[in-house]
Amino acid sequence: MTIHLLYAFAGVALCGIGLFGFIRLDHLLRKLMAFNLMGSGVFLVMVGLAQRGGQPDPVPQALVLTGIVVAVAATALAVVLIRRYYHLSGQITLAEPGREPVKKPAADAHREGPTE
Amino acid sequence: MRALSVVTMTAVCLAFAGLLGLAVWHIAGSPAPVNLPGLLAENLDASGVEHPITAVLLNFRSYDTLLEIGVLVIAGIAGISMAKTTSLEDPDLRTSDSLLYALQRWFVPLMLVLAGYLLWAGSDRPGGAFQAGAVLAASGVMMRLGGIPMDFLRPGVLLRLGLALGFTVFLLVAVASALAGEAFLAYPAGFAKPLILVIETVLTFSIAMVLLALFVSAPVNRAQEPEEGEHE
Repeated sequence: MTIHLLYAFAGVALCGIGLFGFIRLDHLLRKLMAFNLMGSGVFLVMVGLAQRGGQPDPVPQALVLTGIVVAVAATALAVVLIRRYYHLSGQITLAEPGREPVKKPAADAHREGPTE
Repeated sequence: MRALSVVTMTAVCLAFAGLLGLAVWHIAGSPAPVNLPGLLAENLDASGVEHPITAVLLNFRSYDTLLEIGVLVIAGIAGISMAKTTSLEDPDLRTSDSLLYALQRWFVPLMLVLAGYLLWAGSDRPGGAFQAGAVLAASGVMMRLGGIPMDFLRPGVLLRLGLALGFTVFLLVAVASALAGEAFLAYPAGFAKPLILVIETVLTFSIAMVLLALFVSAPVNRAQEPEEGEHE
């Protein structure tokens, strides 16, 4: 059990926590954060495992760097989509139709709807 | 029922983490099939840059970077098409913090210089297009919060050119090298360093534009405000 394996196993733990949050939490922003936690766990596993030989391996590091940038852009896009969804539906969860939404639609939430 | 589902979820997540941990333990125990750092060190001279990570990003695995900037451009375009941009000089979005104004005058030029340094440093030490682009985008976010008008960010020709520039130049270089008889994305010998420099510069610019556009395209919309293109 060396120090780099500690990083890899911390990444494994983050993946598990993130997965739990992703399927357990209802609020879309929390889901997004949990998903990002899973992503960070994956990055940590990759970087931690790649230090086996004692010195860091630049190839996984470059891949993780690419992954971080893509994750940031995808997160920003997801936030834009969540905001749009909230404006259109007034909801912050993906409630099933027929079930009572967690939050009643705000009075001004429908102004971006297709009828306008 | 609810408690049962929580128990199931916990069990599923624990099983997932356990399997993942087992896989990590197994991989860590076995020797590496190829000596990637050794291969990289042998070929570093041919890459045109001295820093191994930059060499991987922009030479050995430049295909990944090309696809990455493609993903960024798509995300940026989707973001700006999704948003109904309110006017960028919206007084509500402006913070009235005099400290921010004062700091901004010092920080924005400093951050621009830092972004330029990071871009250049990428050739032989940690740095490069992504870090520089992030710093550039952060200074843009600061200018935006301070209410400095940034007309180029309106959905228009300039913004679209800026978004597409990095991907276009990268793709042009890739196709040109393919047409010249080499492999797709193989830089011609002797031109690796200048080509990487050009690509890094346009990548920095485009990454900053994408991140900034995604930040700006999530404005606070209130019911009373007319939106852009929807004048009362």
